[in-house]
Amino acid sequence: MSAPPAIAVTRLNHAFGVGEAERQVLFDVALEIPRGALVVLMGASGSGKTTLLTLLGCLREVQQGSVRVLGTELNDASEQVMVALRRRFGFIFQAHNLHESLTALQNVRMGLDVHGPAPGADDAAAHVLRLLGLGERLDYKPRRLSGGQKQRVAVARALVGNPEVVFADEPTAALDKESGFEVVALLRRLAKQRGTTTLMVTHDTRILDLADRIIVMEDGRVKEGG
Amino acid sequence: MTAALTQILAHLLGRLPIGWLQLIHKPGRFAAAVAGVAFANLLVLMQLGFLGALTGSIALPYRALEADILIQSSDANTLQDGSPLPRARMLEALAVPGVASATTVHVGRLDWRQPNGSNVNLDVLGINPGMPSLRLPEVEAARPLLAVGSFALVDRTTRGLDPVLRARLEAGGTQRFEANGHGVTVTGTFSIGGGFGADGYLVVSDQTFLRLFRNRSPGAPNLVLLRATPGEDIAALVGRIHAALPTGDVMVRSVMEAAAADTTFQTTRRPVGIIFGFGVAIGVLVGGIIVYQVLSTDVADHIREYATFKAMGYGRGTFLSIVLEEAMILALAGVVPGALAAAALYAGISAITGLPLALEAPRLASVFVGTVLLCLLSGTVATRRLARADPAELF
Ligand SMILES: Nc1ncnc2c1ncn2[C@@H]1O[C@H](COP(=O)(O)OP(=O)(O)O)[C@@H](O)[C@H]1O
Ligand SMILES: [Mg+2]
Repeated sequence: MSAPPAIAVTRLNHAFGVGEAERQVLFDVALEIPRGALVVLMGASGSGKTTLLTLLGCLREVQQGSVRVLGTELNDASEQVMVALRRRFGFIFQAHNLHESLTALQNVRMGLDVHGPAPGADDAAAHVLRLLGLGERLDYKPRRLSGGQKQRVAVARALVGNPEVVFADEPTAALDKESGFEVVALLRRLAKQRGTTTLMVTHDTRILDLADRIIVMEDGRVKEGG
Repeated sequence: MTAALTQILAHLLGRLPIGWLQLIHKPGRFAAAVAGVAFANLLVLMQLGFLGALTGSIALPYRALEADILIQSSDANTLQDGSPLPRARMLEALAVPGVASATTVHVGRLDWRQPNGSNVNLDVLGINPGMPSLRLPEVEAARPLLAVGSFALVDRTTRGLDPVLRARLEAGGTQRFEANGHGVTVTGTFSIGGGFGADGYLVVSDQTFLRLFRNRSPGAPNLVLLRATPGEDIAALVGRIHAALPTGDVMVRSVMEAAAADTTFQTTRRPVGIIFGFGVAIGVLVGGIIVYQVLSTDVADHIREYATFKAMGYGRGTFLSIVLEEAMILALAGVVPGALAAAALYAGISAITGLPLALEAPRLASVFVGTVLLCLLSGTVATRRLARADPAELF
């Protein structure tokens, strides 16, 4: 593949704590993810998946090694560079993390407004929500939505700004099998339509069929698929 | 209603009015916060009102003096509290070129048992009925009458004045009373306005005054009132009089200067003034603490949402502007009921006590600006908690 990869990691080490309490959780991690791929990250609990995701997503500073995302080196990147990169990402968290005071539509708009005010923002947000089958729930606050609906709003919020990379950490954990599969299928469909790169942590084996690649982690190392 | 406001705010801010949406999401807390700001506003406005009434009522008798320049004993802080001064000072002042006329006023304090049995406490002004002393048309008209006997005029705005008596006096009736063994007949009214000292004023001739206050002497009045010849520079004239009088025992000041010094004295050196000033400070403190509490609790409650926004690429400025938006809304929403409540209380208290309480536009404006500034300050301090919003903890 000639185009530069969306994500390229080499010799990444990461540790939590200092001095006596220091504990290394990532060891010599290396991986490469091409643009437009949907990659599933698997591994036992505590194997370092979330830590890796937060490092790639510019939510945590890289301590040692090289992480290049969308062509930018994150090791020693300034806060401004990190914030600017985050705007090109979409995050889907295990918990939906919707703002309880905002309606579904307003929550989704937050994903758009970060790029500055735009005239058709409400329409764009409503469009994505309709795509996700929430056309009837635009003005509902999270309290009045089911778990699956909330997670779909979170997905809409992550996708509305046309992110170049989507990071999802167990996005289906809070959902039943049915709607979990639905959400991932939708992520995949949108990824393919828009060429979005998607990195998803999941334990859901049914989803594996949808992945272009599966990376397995064990005790802080990439065991398979890097 | 809220939807329309949301629209307006979105338009004003150029973004979703998240602060507003957060506030109205918890209506109970929002109402409590607004009530808190309103209460603090009310507190400050009441204290400022009393302070204003105090300073206003201090100026009232000075304004009623038919004089440009006032000579008082050097130990006088107010119109009422100075020692008597030698009448000779008036004659010495009269000799100074530029002084057109001079007269004296005796000042004393009297308890008057009214026909309805209640007591009022009056500042008695004993004037020379042969000279204009007070800029009060009723007093001017009554001077010939005051000159011929033990007659008196009473301030109709006197606090606690028997209403039946007032009605009778205003209808042209009279009322005889006895004080310190001397009978005086009240024949009419005038209006200076009540203060924080006595309940009101009584005007009598100097002769009557000396019968009411037997230990006072005609040669030792409390005030010497001087009129300057028209066009005279008052400040320069004050200087010349000062130079012409023996040093030490008296003060020569323009009436305006004397009123200003009295105001300063009463608002900063007397407990009543200090208490009102302290009340303003407490109101400001209470308001600041309430707004800070509300905003910092709100920040703490939304730390997860803010962390999510941080992860999405929003910067510090966004969060500061959300909190300041909330601060502005609390300020605006609190000022209105606070001012309305203050206006109602002003009217009530003013009707009961006769104190000149008025909700003047400049006072309202400065309280409003102060509220906004205080809310913004509290909001800025409250955003310090935002540092705890770590997006890495969200996964
Ligand atoms: N903020 C943190 N401080 C200290 N240790 C952490 C922190 N986050 C994760 N860890 C530790 O790092 C290891 C990897 O955790 P994590 O990346 O969350 O694994 P996974 O997502 O695969 O379950 C675990 O042992 C966990 O206890
Ligand atoms: Mg995890």
